[in-house]
Amino acid sequence: MSTVKTATPGTVVYAVREERSEGAFRQMSRRFMKHKLAVVGLVITLFLIFIAIFAPWLSPHNPYAVTAEFSAAPSSVHLLGTDQVGRDVLARLIYATRVSVIVGFGTVALYVTFGTVVGLLSAYIGGWVDMLVMRITDMFMAFPYMMVILVVVSVLGPTLWTLVLVLALFSWPAIARLVRGSVLTLKQMDYVKAGVSLGLSTPRIVFRHILPNALAPIIVNATFGVAAAIMAESGLSFLGMGVQPPTASWGNMLTDAQSISVMTDQPWLWLPPGIMILVIVLAINFVGDGLRDAFDPKQ
Amino acid sequence: MLTYVIRRILIAIPVLLGITIINFVIINLAPGNPVDMYMTPDTPPELLELRKEQLGLNDPIIVQYIKWLGQLLSGNLGYSFSTSESVGSIIGERLGQTMLLGFCALLLGLLIALPIGIMSAVKQNSKFDYVMTGLSFVGTSIPQFFLGLVCIYIFAVNLGWLPVGGTETLGGGGGIGDRILHIVLPAVALAVGIAGRKVRYIRASMLDVLKQDYLRTARAKGVREFFVTNKHALRNALIPVITVVGMEIPLLFGGAVIVEQLFQWPGIGQLTIQSIMSRDYSTIMGLNLVAAIIVLSANLLTDIFYSVADPRIKYH
Repeated sequence: MSTVKTATPGTVVYAVREERSEGAFRQMSRRFMKHKLAVVGLVITLFLIFIAIFAPWLSPHNPYAVTAEFSAAPSSVHLLGTDQVGRDVLARLIYATRVSVIVGFGTVALYVTFGTVVGLLSAYIGGWVDMLVMRITDMFMAFPYMMVILVVVSVLGPTLWTLVLVLALFSWPAIARLVRGSVLTLKQMDYVKAGVSLGLSTPRIVFRHILPNALAPIIVNATFGVAAAIMAESGLSFLGMGVQPPTASWGNMLTDAQSISVMTDQPWLWLPPGIMILVIVLAINFVGDGLRDAFDPKQ
Repeated sequence: MLTYVIRRILIAIPVLLGITIINFVIINLAPGNPVDMYMTPDTPPELLELRKEQLGLNDPIIVQYIKWLGQLLSGNLGYSFSTSESVGSIIGERLGQTMLLGFCALLLGLLIALPIGIMSAVKQNSKFDYVMTGLSFVGTSIPQFFLGLVCIYIFAVNLGWLPVGGTETLGGGGGIGDRILHIVLPAVALAVGIAGRKVRYIRASMLDVLKQDYLRTARAKGVREFFVTNKHALRNALIPVITVVGMEIPLLFGGAVIVEQLFQWPGIGQLTIQSIMSRDYSTIMGLNLVAAIIVLSANLLTDIFYSVADPRIKYH
C-alpha cells in the first residue's frame, strides 16, 4: 500500500501537467465537439445571428411594403407568399430574426450581469444582507411569472425593450442563487484561503479567483436562458402583449392563425414562423446541453 | 417536521406581502384607470368622478393598499371593477377549470415521460436512448401555442376528431365523454413540454440509482430483472422526480395563460388576459395573490412529500 502511495503523487503531478499543457479551453471545446447535436445547434444559432445582422441585405423585399397581392400563395416573386395586408412573408420572417436575437441575448446579458453581481455580493457580505437578498429571490421565484409579466408589459407598454427589461426582471434570481451557492462553496476552498492569507484584495479574490471557477454553471444557465427568453417573447407576442405589428416577430406572425380560415387556407402564414421558433429554441438548447456536458466531464 | 412546516409558512407571509406590494405598485403605475374604460364622449364627468370615489381610486396608493389588505384579512378579495362581482367567487369559478386542465396535463406528461425515461436509462447509449433524448429536447423547445395550433389544424380541422376549443359542446348534453374530448388537445399542448423536461430528469435519476449496490444485492438474491428495474430501482429513482414535479406548478400557470387563450378554456389564464384588457385591477390583484399562494404551497408540499418519501432527508 505504502509503495503505491509514494508512486501516486508523482504520476498525479505528471497528469496535471499534461492537462495543463492542453489548456482548459481546448479540452472543453474538444468535449463540446463530440456532442454532435450541440455542434449542429451552434452552427444553426450562428447562422440565425448572421441572418439577423444582415437582414436588410438578405431580405428579398421590404418587410413593411404593402403590395396589391393580399394573402397570396407562395410564388416565385414571394417565396413564402404574402400576408393579409400584402406584405412578403419571407421578408418578415427574416426581419423577425432580429427581434428574437435581440430579446434572447439582450435579456440574458442584462440579467446574468445583474444576477452575478447580486449573488457575489450576497455571498461575500453574508449576514442580514444575504438573508434579505435570499428572501427577495424567493419572492420573485414564487411570482406566477407569466401573469405578472403580462401585467407589467401592459402597464409599461409592449415594446421590444420593455420585454427585455421585464423578462430580465424575473430571471435574475436563478442566477443570483446559483452564483451565491458556488461562491459559498468556493470560499471554503484552500486556494481562496491561501489568497486571503497572502493579503490579496477582496475584489481580486472575487474576480480573479472565485468568479472564473463559478463561471461554468453560469454559462450553461445563460445559454438555456437565451432559449427561454426567445420562447417567452414569442408567447407574449402571440397573445398580442409583446412586439407589436407592423414590426414582425415570429410570435405575432402566428397570431392570425387563431382564425380558422387563415389556419386552413393560408398555412404559409403561420407554419414558417412556428417552425423558426422551434428551430432556434431547439438549436440553443442543444448548445446548452453540449456546454453542460463539456463543463462537467463526470456525466 | 411540524416546526419546519410552521417556520416555512411564517417565511411565506412576508414573501406574499412583498408580492402584493409589488403588484399594487406596478398596477397603479399604469396610465389610465378602469373608469376611463366606460368613458364615451357624452358621459358626464361628474359621474366618472363619482364612480372613481366609489371605487376608492382617489385615495393615495398607500391608503388603497391598506384598505385592500384589510379586506383581504377578513377573507374578501374585493370586487371586480368591471362587473362588480366578488373577485373571490370569479376566481373560484375559474380556478377549478385551470386545476383540472393542469392536473390532466401533468398526469399525461408523467405517463409519457416515465416509461421513456426508464427505458432510456436501462438501455443507456442505445439508439432508443439517443432518439428519445433528442425528442425530449424537441418537446421542451416547441412553443405551446404553435403545438396547440398544429394540433387544432390536424386533429380538429382536418380530421375532425376533436373539438377546436371550449370545455363542452354548446348546449351541453354531451356528458362526460364530451368533456373528455374537449380537454384532450389543450392537455396535450401543455403535456408535451412537461414530458420533455421530465424524461431527462427521470433518465438521469434512474441512471444514478442503477449504479447502486442494493440493486446488485437484489439481482444476487435472484430477483428478476423486470422487478429490479421497475420496483427496486424505480421507487428510489422517483424521489428526486417529486421535486421537479413541484417545479412544474408555476410553469403550468404560465402555460395556462397561452393555452387557455388558444383553446377558449375558461380558466384563470384566460381571466388574466381579460382582466388586463379591461384594466380590472382588483381581479388582477386577486389572481396574482391566488396564483402566488398556490405556487408557495406547492413548493412546501413538495418539500414535505420529499422528506416523507426519503427518510434520509431531514429538515430543520
